[in-house]
Amino acid sequence: MEILELQKVANEVRKGIVTAVHAAKAGHPGGSLSAADVFTYLYFEEMNIDPKEPKKADRDRFVLSKGHTAPGYYSALAERGFFPKEDLKTLRHLGSYLQGHPDMKHIPGVDMSSGSLGQGISAAVGMALSAKLSNDPYRVYTLLGDGEIQEGQVWEAAMFAGHRKLDNLVVIVDNNGLQIDGSIEDVCSPYPIDKKFEAFNFHVINVADGNDMAQLKAAFDEAKTVKGMPTAIIMKTVKGKGVSFMENQAGWHGKAPDDEQYAQAMSDLEKVGEALCQK
Amino acid sequence: MPEVKKIATRASYGNALVELGKKHDDLVVLDADLAAATQTGVFKKEFPERHIDCGIAECNMVGIGAGIAATGKVPFVSTFAMFAAGRAFEQVRNSVAYPKLNVKIGATHGGISVGEDGATHQCCEDFALMRAVPGMVVASPSDDIEAKAMVEAAYEHEGPVYMRFGRLAVPVINDKPGYKFELGKGIVLREGKDLTIIANGLCVAPSLEAAEKLAAEGIEAKVINMHTIKPLDEELVVASAKETGKVVTVEEHSVIGGLGGAVCECLSEKAPVPVKRIGINDVFGESGPAVALLQKYGLDTEGIYKQIKEFV
Repeated sequence: MEILELQKVANEVRKGIVTAVHAAKAGHPGGSLSAADVFTYLYFEEMNIDPKEPKKADRDRFVLSKGHTAPGYYSALAERGFFPKEDLKTLRHLGSYLQGHPDMKHIPGVDMSSGSLGQGISAAVGMALSAKLSNDPYRVYTLLGDGEIQEGQVWEAAMFAGHRKLDNLVVIVDNNGLQIDGSIEDVCSPYPIDKKFEAFNFHVINVADGNDMAQLKAAFDEAKTVKGMPTAIIMKTVKGKGVSFMENQAGWHGKAPDDEQYAQAMSDLEKVGEALCQK
Repeated sequence: MPEVKKIATRASYGNALVELGKKHDDLVVLDADLAAATQTGVFKKEFPERHIDCGIAECNMVGIGAGIAATGKVPFVSTFAMFAAGRAFEQVRNSVAYPKLNVKIGATHGGISVGEDGATHQCCEDFALMRAVPGMVVASPSDDIEAKAMVEAAYEHEGPVYMRFGRLAVPVINDKPGYKFELGKGIVLREGKDLTIIANGLCVAPSLEAAEKLAAEGIEAKVINMHTIKPLDEELVVASAKETGKVVTVEEHSVIGGLGGAVCECLSEKAPVPVKRIGINDVFGESGPAVALLQKYGLDTEGIYKQIKEFV
């Protein structure tokens, strides 16, 4: 898919996020919006997946280790055709299959249940190891928050992945710089993130703007050439990206827009969409 | 008297994995730097490529197990009960049980019979912890024969299973003709009309001996080997309670939340009768030889016999 087309899709994914969280009256828009571009890139360009056959054996796997950004994940899956976009409005509703955090038992396209931070990366490592054990060609991707990597289990998993030279594994860190209690540097700084992963025997790719499709493409293309070690893509992003009043605001980590804010957010995104169509 | 054959159920676990590994290519064994102690080392020797040492990182090991299971293989994650049910509790709950992944947990060194290592490693809370997790099967074998049958049954079962094995060598008691193992089905080892003793793990053998001592005094105890704590064989528990009017539970576990807890929960709703729970009385263990510890904490034949005498 062309970069411009991917950008248009990402904008639609953002609309889905805002719509879902507004309808749920709860959820995590900030980290969903910062990762909307990488969700789009993975599901529309990078991964070998088939919405008609979500469980096909040779598919690439994705684990959303930062599971609270399920709205972004679900919106991308819906946009890709795994389930109806209309269902995004049932997010977090009683009886809906779209649980607050990813649920592999009920949601088409979800490869692993997640949400308790630090655990998803271990499952992704297990999948990558399993592929190595049986010489399966699929690749495994996992997305972590920059606050999430404060969890010790992340580094247990990283140590193991480096030790086992899992070159079919790509760990992505969404470095939007904010967590619930404020700036990650104020709360408990995980920096330097790149040097940490390097020390754990990862090939590290720094992406200066993780909301830029061309930069994402370059990073994932590079990751595919890496042999003998796992890859970590550390991407700088903007929390709340695309919605003017949510950008770089820790307060929008886990809060839903009211009706007026929803209208404003959708208007912001409509404008972005129109601008993309002019290109 | 002929020498009674003794073997620790952790050894049975390792041996059973080797046998199963020969039959099933999809079986993978994970360990966390304890292969010599959990006895998965014998599997490693036979199938080095399918034995994954995760290092001293149990939470990650359980997560890796979940990922492996999500791709269709059958992982047996192995470590001490303290770390499997304790340290990695939340990984077991959220990464394994919630998505109902087909992960088998081989937890060795359960109970105070860990011995000299002392309280930090003597997990007497694992049945309670694991039993509270939805969909988890919780079981603990009484001897070598049962342990091997349990490992095989766990492989065949679709979904998570927690198995607790012991460090101490225990006598083989299930070498009788007609022995049949089925997860969730208790085994009546002795009939009696005066009370029912429900035991599991290494408490089954001394419970049987205690029953013989009681019989010498005219008290006939029915003895049940309840190898599966969850799902509990409620039908057998209720029928036995109605039949004998009194129940004693015996386990190498806290009296809170384990076999005794499960039996009380069942009987209080379905057939209320007096129940005596024999186990670890809400205290931590301590260092010492396993046999001496079992004696001190009242889980040897004499201790069980005395506590039952007081109860009846």
